[in-house]
Amino acid sequence: MTQTKYATQPIEGYRHVAPEVRVEGDVTVIDSNAVYYKELNEAIRGAVAGGAKHLRIENVNGQRYIGTGLAGEDVRIEVHGTAGNDLTMLMDGPTVEVFGNAQDGVGNTMNAGRVIVHGDAGDVLGYGMRGGRVYIKGDVGYRVGIHMKAYESLVPIMVIGGNARDFFGEYMAGGMLVLLGMNTQFADQPLVGSFLGSGMHGGTIYIRGTVEAWQCGKEVGIAEATEADMAELTPILADYCEAQGMELADVLKVPFLKLTPFSHRPYGKLYAPM
Amino acid sequence: MPTSLIQPEFLVKIDYDKCHKCGRCVQQCGWGVYSFNERPIPDDSKCRACHRCVTYCPAHCISIEKNPLAYRDNDNWSSDARKAIWRQAETGGVLLTSMGNPKPYQRIFDHLVLDACQVTNPSIDPLREPMELRTYLGSKPDSVQVESDSNGGFKLAEGAGMHNNIKLDTPIIFSPMSYGSVSLNVHKSLAMAATRLGTLMNTGEGGLHADLYPYQDNVIVQVASGRFGVSPDYLNRGAAIEIKIGQGAKPGIGGHLPGEKINKEVSSTRMIPQGTDAISPAPHHDIYSIEDLRQLIYALKEASGYKPVGVKIAAVHNVAAIASGIVRAGADYVYLDGFKAGTGATPQVIRDNIGIPIEIAIAVVDQRLRDEGIRNKASIIAAGSIRSSADVAKAIALGADVVAIGSASLMALGCHLCQSCHTGCCSWGITTQKPELTRRIDPEWGAERLVNLVHAWSHEVQEILGALGVNAVESLRGSRERLRAIGLDEQTCKILGVKPAGM
Repeated sequence: MTQTKYATQPIEGYRHVAPEVRVEGDVTVIDSNAVYYKELNEAIRGAVAGGAKHLRIENVNGQRYIGTGLAGEDVRIEVHGTAGNDLTMLMDGPTVEVFGNAQDGVGNTMNAGRVIVHGDAGDVLGYGMRGGRVYIKGDVGYRVGIHMKAYESLVPIMVIGGNARDFFGEYMAGGMLVLLGMNTQFADQPLVGSFLGSGMHGGTIYIRGTVEAWQCGKEVGIAEATEADMAELTPILADYCEAQGMELADVLKVPFLKLTPFSHRPYGKLYAPM
Repeated sequence: MPTSLIQPEFLVKIDYDKCHKCGRCVQQCGWGVYSFNERPIPDDSKCRACHRCVTYCPAHCISIEKNPLAYRDNDNWSSDARKAIWRQAETGGVLLTSMGNPKPYQRIFDHLVLDACQVTNPSIDPLREPMELRTYLGSKPDSVQVESDSNGGFKLAEGAGMHNNIKLDTPIIFSPMSYGSVSLNVHKSLAMAATRLGTLMNTGEGGLHADLYPYQDNVIVQVASGRFGVSPDYLNRGAAIEIKIGQGAKPGIGGHLPGEKINKEVSSTRMIPQGTDAISPAPHHDIYSIEDLRQLIYALKEASGYKPVGVKIAAVHNVAAIASGIVRAGADYVYLDGFKAGTGATPQVIRDNIGIPIEIAIAVVDQRLRDEGIRNKASIIAAGSIRSSADVAKAIALGADVVAIGSASLMALGCHLCQSCHTGCCSWGITTQKPELTRRIDPEWGAERLVNLVHAWSHEVQEILGALGVNAVESLRGSRERLRAIGLDEQTCKILGVKPAGM
């Protein structure tokens, strides 16, 4: 076997330097142009630790982990550009607003806070998310909302303005997923892919429009949203519309479907204990 | 029709002449074997041979025997195979069992022997001479930088790359076992023992109960596919973070903690509602590649201030290449779990047929990482039926830095390997959440027994090192020249990197 050189260099084009930080009024502005994620996130954490409540990160170009593990309910972060993978993973409180698109893993295992993306997002959003809200304006990819779960006062809510692909809400254990299918670049394609809610054993999925039974997992029951359901959903949609600059009336023009699991214990009868 | 064709596996015999009729057996049995009508009356079909009643009978009048019921001899259709078919014909279910693979596969550890010094190289007496068991878990630098300690000696230079290592006073840590699969008192026993021993316990995928916070510096916190109990606070409390990809008892499949075991306390630690199944998907859905794994490793580092992050995998066919990928992904340690590892619940077909022996996995991973020049980048933890200090020494000689013990640690707490963890009725109070059973383990008592076990094994490892003429356990690591094989075929010897005895 030949000796292989071990390399942990950043992607070419990023530099291991601290980003330029300046304060404009009560806004801390961080220029992330070509700065490696580690140094960028150090600067963000440092600014928050230093008491900054409003941060604006400029020239973001795929840097990962922005807001990851960050705490503080009154912290607000604007991201200008394309946010990289695992945006707001494990985040516990702050509000992050992306003026651009986001990549994979937004809100991964997130505890609390708000994420508003004024664009599209990638795959695996909100995996294992336990609390907080994620509002995506446009389309999302595959495996979105897998294994979202609720616990006591923590109830995660994710609203997607566009279309979603396969495995939407797979293994869902709690919380709420809402799919609107409005702001999509794929209007000629189905609202959502296959395996919708497969393995679902908790939580609720609201779909604006229709899905076919074959698109859903066998654990999923499909019903038209009742008045009581809409009473629960409307304030969330109103909040989403305000965040995304949309008209609530437009959203409510089309009736919603409500998807819930048949059982909280889908596999209770699968096993024969020895 | 009979409700079942399966006859009792064990017979409970009571010598009523000696019996005090005290009813303690009735009270002790977690499976409800006994009813009481002037004297205890056993239902053999419920007995799992855990010996709780036998141990606590003041008159020593209970014995458990194997049911001698004869099956027509057939080497092909064992009685177990026949019973499994009857059970599945009754239920249509996946056979669920627990603990480790009991099948008579070759036990490679039992075919390896250690060396000793004779004449040409003196052995060391560990009772009177220094014998170092201390080792460090984590990524080591490519080269060591030292500086003067201003006392005429040397010390490791600041920023020498060792800061992210965890010091262990003995190369034995406790395996991940979740709160939920085991009781809180078991978790407390393990945490207290780990703290006293200067070693580590591991939360498994069940979160960290607040009662364990005082011991958090000796706790590895695990992140598995269900992400139960995983929060920034949880990550920041642990000494290290472990991404669990797989476990030796059930490689490639997820876990279902049944709703019955999710009581209020378990629910608060896992941060899920009471009574719902805790379902861990088979894969992490944010890890479909080594690149994705790297992304999660660094996400956890970012979220925790760059704590050590390890990755636990089951030992499977391609383990060397996978481990290489894990190390290149930035893991500080690779935890290898062999196919005889235990678990709280697993489909029998998975437990008994999937994965490879830990001995092979250690040897091929250690060799691969050496060949690629990255062995220093990560520690290797080996687990999956480490049964004695001899297994510890052999695992380290094959290439492990540290071993982890799960089944052995539970046995220290009273486990009799009855393979019934999945029932949630453990009479020993270990793998249950029933309060009347969990209180049977006093954490102080449990911690003492665990400390005793690890101390005893550590002393024995020192004796082995002394016989080998080395004075530090790190000198034995990967020293396969000090092992010889007896009764292993040539190909296995080659894979293990061990010569047959006599060569």
